[in-house]
Amino acid sequence: MAELGVPVEVFSIVPVKRSHSVCAQGGINAAKDLKGEGDSTWKHFDDTVFGGDFLANQPPVRDMTEAAPGIVDMLDRMGVMFNRTSEGLLDFRRFGGTLYSRTAFAGATTGQQLLYALDEQVRRFEAEGRVRKFEHWEMLSGVVDSNRACRGICAMDLRSMEVRTFPADAVIIATGGIGAIFGRSTNSVACTGSAQSALYQQGAYYANPEFVQVHPTAIPGEDKLRLMSESARGEGGRMWVPRDGKNWYFLEEWYPKYGNLVPRDIATRAIHKVVYELGLGVDGQPAVYLDLTHIDAKTLDRKLGGILETYEKFVGVDPRKEPMKVFPGMHYTMGGLWVDYKHRTNIAGLLAAGECEYQYHGANRLGANALLSCIYAGRVSGTAAVEHVQGLANGSDSVPSTVFEREARQQQELNDNLLKGQGTENPFAIWKEMGAGMTEHVTVIRNNDKLKKWDEKLVELLERSKRINLSDHSRWANQTLVFARELGNMLQLARAITLGALARNESRGAHYKPDFPERDDQNWLQTTKAYFAPDADEPRFVYEPVDTSLMPLRERKY
Amino acid sequence: MSADRTVEIKIKRQMTPDGPSRWETFRVTVRPAMNIVGVLMQIAENPVTVDGKATAPVSYDANCLEEVCGSCAMRINGRVRMACSSLVDHLQAPIRLEPMSRFPVVRDLQVDRSRLFEDLKRVKAWIPIDGTYDLGPGPRMAPREQEAAYPFSRCISCGSCLEVCPQYNDGTHFVGAAVVGQVRLFNSYPTGKMNAYERLEALMGPGGIHECGYAQNCVEICPKEIPLTQAIAEVGGQVMRHALFEFLKK
Repeated sequence: MAELGVPVEVFSIVPVKRSHSVCAQGGINAAKDLKGEGDSTWKHFDDTVFGGDFLANQPPVRDMTEAAPGIVDMLDRMGVMFNRTSEGLLDFRRFGGTLYSRTAFAGATTGQQLLYALDEQVRRFEAEGRVRKFEHWEMLSGVVDSNRACRGICAMDLRSMEVRTFPADAVIIATGGIGAIFGRSTNSVACTGSAQSALYQQGAYYANPEFVQVHPTAIPGEDKLRLMSESARGEGGRMWVPRDGKNWYFLEEWYPKYGNLVPRDIATRAIHKVVYELGLGVDGQPAVYLDLTHIDAKTLDRKLGGILETYEKFVGVDPRKEPMKVFPGMHYTMGGLWVDYKHRTNIAGLLAAGECEYQYHGANRLGANALLSCIYAGRVSGTAAVEHVQGLANGSDSVPSTVFEREARQQQELNDNLLKGQGTENPFAIWKEMGAGMTEHVTVIRNNDKLKKWDEKLVELLERSKRINLSDHSRWANQTLVFARELGNMLQLARAITLGALARNESRGAHYKPDFPERDDQNWLQTTKAYFAPDADEPRFVYEPVDTSLMPLRERKY
Repeated sequence: MSADRTVEIKIKRQMTPDGPSRWETFRVTVRPAMNIVGVLMQIAENPVTVDGKATAPVSYDANCLEEVCGSCAMRINGRVRMACSSLVDHLQAPIRLEPMSRFPVVRDLQVDRSRLFEDLKRVKAWIPIDGTYDLGPGPRMAPREQEAAYPFSRCISCGSCLEVCPQYNDGTHFVGAAVVGQVRLFNSYPTGKMNAYERLEALMGPGGIHECGYAQNCVEICPKEIPLTQAIAEVGGQVMRHALFEFLKK
């Protein structure tokens, strides 16, 4: 957008450089076929749609996979330190859910490198006065006028706690994941989904909430689950548990074709089966081995340095010498704000890009497709936003100031009420309960009875969240107040996830119900669209057919 | 069952940027592999000091908790560390937490590191690409060069190297090792070389590389083990050659 000469304001809770994308490790997919394997963008498209169990609309996925090689080239030109071949070309490795070396990578810190490259370009625009950054600001809500058009946002300065509206002709939401709804996840602290939840409560559709990816290999931790990248398996890591005194490589035995590189949902359920059904967890704990010790330490350092360091630092064991202990952890939401192929939500002037929307991954995301989809979506939404602005008959400056004042007042009142609250509830305690329940009932295995009961509990937690007593009543950098606000939004989204899962009586991708173990295309080849406002105060659902015009359906078997 | 093990935590509190500071002491239950962020989370759930006094949760910056976002740098037992990768079991009790001293305090352990990002602008720490449209592949690069440059691309802008740098202060306006490391990174990228002179000139002015006193604290403290002194030496050489060249041109 800045490139097209449109003035841009960027709002971010943390300095942009500290956003969650830094945690993405493995790489970014692009079928450049530099290994002579006969890979093609069509095969990338096929793998993505198949991996997503046919729930993704096919045309945008095709367009994304076609754009992928150009996106990797762009990042390369931005100076990303991608690993190279001996000829100085980009190196590619294999990732889950494909048989091709399609993943460009910069050591095991690819997300960090890509985010930095993009942040540097924004900093350049900022230095030139073409972009204005508001870091340490949190978006609270959209400013929606009487014609249901988005005319700007309401945001809060996380230091002065000032609540202010910012007029805009188009708003793009790029607020990432929702991990905090599950308590501990592989996500960063800022990934609460609060912004998308606020917009959903203002009338934006939220699509496929029930599709939540659990990453098979996370390192369990007290404060968070740290990701052990799929690239560890891409570089030859093997998963096993001890059985009858021998190493049992259960993925290799069950899935001879893909072996350790089956997609994430399948690996996750396999580990659950090994641990909970067969009782073979390492030392009786919920853990299995991910073994790299057969690979020489030098190769490991070169290709996986960053992630091995993480394991060593946080667990205190050297993964070059001892197999790592891992267990599945909540990692990614395939669901998100509903958008059309140009990334426009159902509220005019409001667009969304990245993990906060639902467009590309269907029922399950393939590894190294997230970095691709967020950059591609950013590009599409940027162009569409400019298009929207240029076609606008009346800009946001024509909107009566009362519209902005009303929104700011409402959000300020929310703060005031929380600060005055004399209840007995602690927001951190409610959050813990929510996270534990979401992890137990709404991740790997879903059961209708339990989902129903859990939703009742969520309603109770929502009630309790209205009786919060903040332990901090100050009006400067009050993180407790911010958290309490986010908690309310997390609970509302948690209900959409839970009830979305309850409604979908089938198993597809990451959504698995033992009572309905098969995919049901007759009834459920549909996108879930959850809505909240204006005529409901709880999630309601409508469904829309999936566009499968490019590739016929087939059974998803690895 | 043995009783829960606890540890004493002393935290330097400061409610506002120019307000007074004071110390508060807490007692937290130690959990396996617990880090300092875990400590602060536990205090937030029940913010009561050892004297039974109710207080506000401690403000601090944290995001990824994997030591890649650079948010949670603070002084732990007098030494700057990342709170997420500082395990309680590896620290001498009582554990003292203070904000970094070279940056203005926002509140408690939160500091304002915006100067670091401003300095990245000063040295033009980016590749000035022609545009984001499809212009084909980037330049080729030898794996050896990529491997040598890669460590610098892992700088998380935590500011640890600035915290321990004797020259990083208002008197010198020295940009510090992290920023010099970025100049090293961009000047070694094949297309970044084309604008190397701009970055070098930025490092010749006030706060430039000549302010470095070679204390070498930066390289020792860096949580990502980035060879910062090597960057300073290399970029110092580049600056000198560039200055000489410019001088001879006159």
